[in-house]
Amino acid sequence: MLTIKNLHAGLEEEDKKILKGVDLEVKAGEVHAIMGPNGSGKSTLSYVLAGRDGYDVTEGSVEMNGSELLDLEPEERAAAGLFLAFQYPVEIPGVGNMTFLRTALNAQRKARGEEELNAADFLRMLREKAKALDISQEMLKRPVNVGFSGGEKKRNEILQMAVLEPKMCILDETDSGLDVDAMKLVAQGVNALRGKDRAFLVITHYQRLLDHIVPDVVHIMAEGRIIKTGGPELALEVEHNGYADILKSVA
Amino acid sequence: MAVPALKLDGAQTLLAAAPEPSGEASWARSVRQAAARRLAERGAPVRRDEYWRYTDPQSLTCQPPVAAAPFENDEAPLFGGADRLKLVFVDGVFSRELSDPVELEGIEIQPLSEALSTDIHWARELFGVLEARGQTPVDRPMAALNTARATEGFAIRVHGRPGKPVNFVYLHEDALSDAMVHNIVRVEAGADFTLLENGPAAARFNKVLEVDVADDGAFHHVRAQGRDHERRAVTGTFARLGARSTFKSFTLTVNGRLTRNECVVEFTGDDGIAHVAGACVGEGDFRHDDTVFVTHDAVNCESRQVFKKVLRSGAMGIFQGKILVKPDAQKTDGYQISQGLLLDDDSQFLAKPELEIYADDVACSHGSTCGAVDETLLFYLRSRGVSRGEAEELLVLAFLDEAIAEIEDPALADDIRARLAAWLARRRR
Ligand SMILES: Nc1ncnc2c1ncn2[C@@H]1O[C@H](COP(=O)(O)OP(=O)(O)OP(=O)(O)O)[C@@H](O)[C@H]1O
Ligand SMILES: [Mg+2]
Repeated sequence: MLTIKNLHAGLEEEDKKILKGVDLEVKAGEVHAIMGPNGSGKSTLSYVLAGRDGYDVTEGSVEMNGSELLDLEPEERAAAGLFLAFQYPVEIPGVGNMTFLRTALNAQRKARGEEELNAADFLRMLREKAKALDISQEMLKRPVNVGFSGGEKKRNEILQMAVLEPKMCILDETDSGLDVDAMKLVAQGVNALRGKDRAFLVITHYQRLLDHIVPDVVHIMAEGRIIKTGGPELALEVEHNGYADILKSVA
Repeated sequence: MAVPALKLDGAQTLLAAAPEPSGEASWARSVRQAAARRLAERGAPVRRDEYWRYTDPQSLTCQPPVAAAPFENDEAPLFGGADRLKLVFVDGVFSRELSDPVELEGIEIQPLSEALSTDIHWARELFGVLEARGQTPVDRPMAALNTARATEGFAIRVHGRPGKPVNFVYLHEDALSDAMVHNIVRVEAGADFTLLENGPAAARFNKVLEVDVADDGAFHHVRAQGRDHERRAVTGTFARLGARSTFKSFTLTVNGRLTRNECVVEFTGDDGIAHVAGACVGEGDFRHDDTVFVTHDAVNCESRQVFKKVLRSGAMGIFQGKILVKPDAQKTDGYQISQGLLLDDDSQFLAKPELEIYADDVACSHGSTCGAVDETLLFYLRSRGVSRGEAEELLVLAFLDEAIAEIEDPALADDIRARLAAWLARRRR
């Protein structure tokens, strides 16, 4: 699904390297978790994958389902099946949540040569998915994320994911800011999407989320590289001992 | 200070260029003469005038006007879906053939020339009266010219609530037309009226609208200035508001070489509400100027000015907005926002917000911003699969929506939104 090879990236404006040789392979059907200290480059990796401006890729390659991801515009990556649930979802005053979702879905379908969904079918589908995430009609009518609480914004990200049905889903700290019940809803939302044609890369600081979304593989990222890879037990180790031991053992 | 000869000569040229109306009642003649005198004494507008610093009036005053080819397009006319009394002008001349019969329950309506040939008391109290009041403290020479010379337009007196709005449709066919239209509207106590205006009107258009809203009356105005790339227009809206009355005016402008919209609002009764809003989108050789003056001379009135301009490829947007609060206008709530969204580095937005407050118990605020599309928002939309062009359109529409939201009737607001969205989408293709 996703193959990252020796990815080096830094800031365009300053001479700052952030990713220093990331290697990662996520196969279809798998859930991978990435943990790592603050500032280790997890969000940067997700932004570089999604195609955000401001980063320079100096080395390496990213392949998604056979196409060279880094050559594509952000919207082309989305149409190709990439989705990033943002660590900090932005508010977009004046753009209605529903308008936004429908525009996005139809833009992707059009880009893939599929037929656009009509308003009635879209609405039916959206209602159903919103209900599962406990997102009210009123929230759907509001401008994107405007006035949403932190947790509501995160749930709204998962709603977008559920509507767009991407192939490769990256979740950047979707669990932070969620209360216990919301975390369960989000996990259910993710688990409902799990399948043999879809893969997840879940960035998190807490083992707790991984109790609900059980990963196949856990990676530890530090200073712009994946320094250790293991099974779910690796997350437990981090939970109990922090990163100090792991950092020492690979130093 | 002596008025420069350039301005005085300019005024004479303007007055000489348009024929003096004849055959009108004597009261109308004296109004015309007084207006001509105002213009002759204060002079034509020139670039050096304080309120013309950002907009060169030369192409509004030159003789003959600069040619402007009518813009052919296949769009369905705006407001076409609304039940309305449609009154059509072609190059500033009323066309009975293209219009609905001139009658509507709840209003008295007649062509301006008829109203000025008889002795209608309410018209006497309005024609040229609000325009003249609006000349202090800022000269509005093009409006004075209009009062002195315009023979086209309608006089409307509203009682109660007419079942539908009146829609002036201004068609443009002649590349050299130089048109003047003057409309007067008197909204009687407790009456409620909606006026729609749309169309490019003429190669050069000088329009005045005087609106007198009596106590508890309401006047809603939605206007779309036609899309002809070459047209030029100077318009003056003059409103006087009685107690507890409402005045809401919204203008959409897409393209046009030069547009100067002046709006002068005066609160004369307590507890009035006035919202003046504008949304404009222009590219290239496009200049759009909103010059607004709101005078609070009554207690507890609320005024809002909301102006948004989207500019690209060298387009220029100007906003000059003033709130004047007189000493006795306590509890005034005045708000003003003007914002420019620049889609490239070539465009410019200039704002001159002014507050002049002589009362002590007031809440007035103003803000002006100018910037590019927010890249963070753009990326968020694109990351969901929306193309850059479409994402920009969504953000442009969102930016303009604060002004469009000032339109009270949701159906009319949606009309404007749909029209804008279609224009933007067409641009992309
Ligand atoms: N636009 C930027 N300007 C300056 N520094 C940046 C920028 N983007 C990232 N960085 C720096 O790069 C490093 C990696 O940041 P990143 O956000 O990827 O970390 P993270 O692993 O997601 O951390 P956290 O767990 O706190 O979310 C940090 O030191 C951060 O300060
Ligand atoms: Mg992060």
